[in-house]
Amino acid sequence: MRVIEISCLEVWREISNYLDGEVDAELRARMEAHFKACAHCKAVLDGTRNVVKLVGDGVEYQVPEGFSKRLYAKIKEK
Amino acid sequence: MSSTGANLVPAETELIQRACQGDKEAFYCLVHPCERGVFTAAMSILNNAHDAEEVAQEAVLKALTALPRFRGECKFSTWLIQITINEARLKLRRDHRHLYESLDEQQTDGEGEYFPRDFADWRDIPSETLQRKELREALKRALDSLPPKYREVLILRDVQHLSIQETAQVLGVTEGNVKTRLLRARLQMRDALTPGIDGSWSRGKQEFEKVRPW
Repeated sequence: MRVIEISCLEVWREISNYLDGEVDAELRARMEAHFKACAHCKAVLDGTRNVVKLVGDGVEYQVPEGFSKRLYAKIKEK
Repeated sequence: MSSTGANLVPAETELIQRACQGDKEAFYCLVHPCERGVFTAAMSILNNAHDAEEVAQEAVLKALTALPRFRGECKFSTWLIQITINEARLKLRRDHRHLYESLDEQQTDGEGEYFPRDFADWRDIPSETLQRKELREALKRALDSLPPKYREVLILRDVQHLSIQETAQVLGVTEGNVKTRLLRARLQMRDALTPGIDGSWSRGKQEFEKVRPW
């Protein structure tokens, strides 16, 4: 398949969709060719992927202790 | 209530039926697996654990009252999160009426494009370092610095792992809005975390060393 060049600007617009598998095969091929040639965009891609990994474990949003117990009591008293 | 909702598992359908007949234990069993999702959804908007718990409780009680009207057109958890998002927005508007961006503004993404601010290349993050205190603190600060409408989408997608369609549904925006906001949220998070604490990257270099984002 012939890969048509894509600009850095277009790559940035689609970088999140690329990580989510939300780009079509043609765009994916163009972006992959761009990442091989452009260290800046590859860095943005790797960093963005790391962000998704970092927030993904949800440590910052743990349910407070006793939450479930207090909720149960509220349901029972309604 | 329909017992044939395509998104409901049989056990859930039975729990809903029992809860509709006044069985509080059944309702609690239904809600229990969604507790974290409900709390996190409230946190994504309120960013305060005390307020988020209060709103989460209100949302669950509202769901109990509204349960007979639940048609099973989406997953029960999605429906509950949608109620929670609405309750959280109401609270925010009640408490900070003059500060809160209008709902009209929530529907648009007309701020122009977001460009990455720097191009430092992160090292892949080894799993064992994910719990390091300075990393978690940097992450919390970066999350706090996000505008609410980007934080909402980031949390629903990347913390709660809702699909793009579910995220759009619970926030009442288009799937295109979700994708645009998610892009901006992720890029802003990356920019906020990239310079790192170890200082091994310097802006002047042509070659970009890999850095740790903490």
